[in-house]
Amino acid sequence: MFLQRIEKIGESAIYHLHDLGRMGIFLLRTLLGGVKKPFHFRTMVRQIREIGANSFGVIFFTAAFTGMVLGLQGYYTLRKFGSEGMLGSAVALSLLREMGPVLTALMVTGRAGSAMCAELGIMRNSEQIDALECMAIDPLGYLVMPKIMATLISLPLLTMVFNVVGIFGGYLAGVKMLGVNPGAYFTGMELSVVDKDITMGLIKSLVFGLLIVWICTGRGYFVHQIRGAGYGAEAVSRVTTQAVVIASISILLWDYILTAILL
Amino acid sequence: MNATPIIQLREVVKVFGTQRILDRVNLKIFPGRTTVIVGGSGQGKSVTLKLILGLIKPDSGAILVHGRDITTMGRKELNSVRSNFGVLFQGAALLDSLSVFDNIALPLRERTELSGVEIRQKVMSTLVQLGLTGHEDKFPAQLSGGMKKRVGLARALQLRPEIMLFDEPTTGLDPEKTMEIYRLFYETQGKFGYTSIIVSHDIPKVFNLADQIVVLNRGKLVTFENPEEIQMSDIPEIQSFVKTTMGQPYRSSELE
Repeated sequence: MFLQRIEKIGESAIYHLHDLGRMGIFLLRTLLGGVKKPFHFRTMVRQIREIGANSFGVIFFTAAFTGMVLGLQGYYTLRKFGSEGMLGSAVALSLLREMGPVLTALMVTGRAGSAMCAELGIMRNSEQIDALECMAIDPLGYLVMPKIMATLISLPLLTMVFNVVGIFGGYLAGVKMLGVNPGAYFTGMELSVVDKDITMGLIKSLVFGLLIVWICTGRGYFVHQIRGAGYGAEAVSRVTTQAVVIASISILLWDYILTAILL
Repeated sequence: MNATPIIQLREVVKVFGTQRILDRVNLKIFPGRTTVIVGGSGQGKSVTLKLILGLIKPDSGAILVHGRDITTMGRKELNSVRSNFGVLFQGAALLDSLSVFDNIALPLRERTELSGVEIRQKVMSTLVQLGLTGHEDKFPAQLSGGMKKRVGLARALQLRPEIMLFDEPTTGLDPEKTMEIYRLFYETQGKFGYTSIIVSHDIPKVFNLADQIVVLNRGKLVTFENPEEIQMSDIPEIQSFVKTTMGQPYRSSELE
């Protein structure tokens, strides 16, 4: 009984180590293969539309409401110290450094990451990936690399959109609804935000972007080898859920690590 | 048959879990000829194809293509060997987000330096040859099973493969369509002169095409020159296989 339990733990540890190695090799091979020709420019542009442009609405909505809530909550808190004038910098700093990159990444994971995972999973199940390999077309270069490039281009842009919309959302709630001085809102922001805050957000969004594509495409690509996922359509649905969960958790984990490093 | 084999399996063993799917199997496939692999479900027919393609590796033994062992090759070398192969998958395995035209053009776009105009010409002429004109803008989901196979064949033929592999090419087709597909295989093989390997359980129809018949049974593999030889076989498993799949004794002279 006791020995069996230890055996189970060992087995699972070996499986996860193997899985991690497989995912690592997957990413390395994709990135190394990405420098080779042919470069799929058109596919990449299509993916930018899919991952980036089509996420615009969701990002806009999320950002507007996040900004407005920050405005309300910030006002409530700051008023206790009589410093409502600081609202602009409080909203801007929390958005640029934290909320912008993290929430954008989470929304893109839900919208585009899940789609990537399901797409690759279905392609694997219907032998489309095998077919590519048989035609000596590298499935990683053809399917995964354009998604990586598209996400690395889209996510920082979406993050910036998020920040701008969020700041105006905060303005709407703080200045227009609660009567904070508009000059104070923007001047305070200008005085407190430095270049580093913006670069930090951008670095975060690049890292999150890579995490999203890596985890979501990798899970889909290996859908047939993931333990306990089952087979066929069920496997694709389980693995997609798993990919979104792992990607979201990784984003939050790496957010902490990056904040600690870049602070 | 003194020619050197184009593909050779030597003492190949493949185990899945506790089951020995292939048990020290030997097979020679000669250029320009058609080999038909038959056997009951789960006897390792598709596995044999996947081994030849290098999609899976055997547990021991060697698989030689043009005399070179593909089981010990790196990815690059394997890719260069694979460029000799064309494959028609069971479900045709078309990329379902691409149109018929883009599917057929895919190998040309990815693997050659041809211009857009040249690719268009090539694809269009294949469409004509395989009777697919007018369907180039459709998507795989809009095609019937037989049409999908045609598109799959068209795509596989784009790079002029030396060896064509067919994985149960007539599964899910009605008898009429089946004969049509076989006729198509016969014609295209005449045109392109490839070596073909057909995995099928469409017995006895598929024997029309065969120069060599391979029966897989309990991990063993037996090669025959023609359908009569199979019926003469004194191996009990093969006798029972013959009885269940071919019914009455059957002669190839009746086929034509």
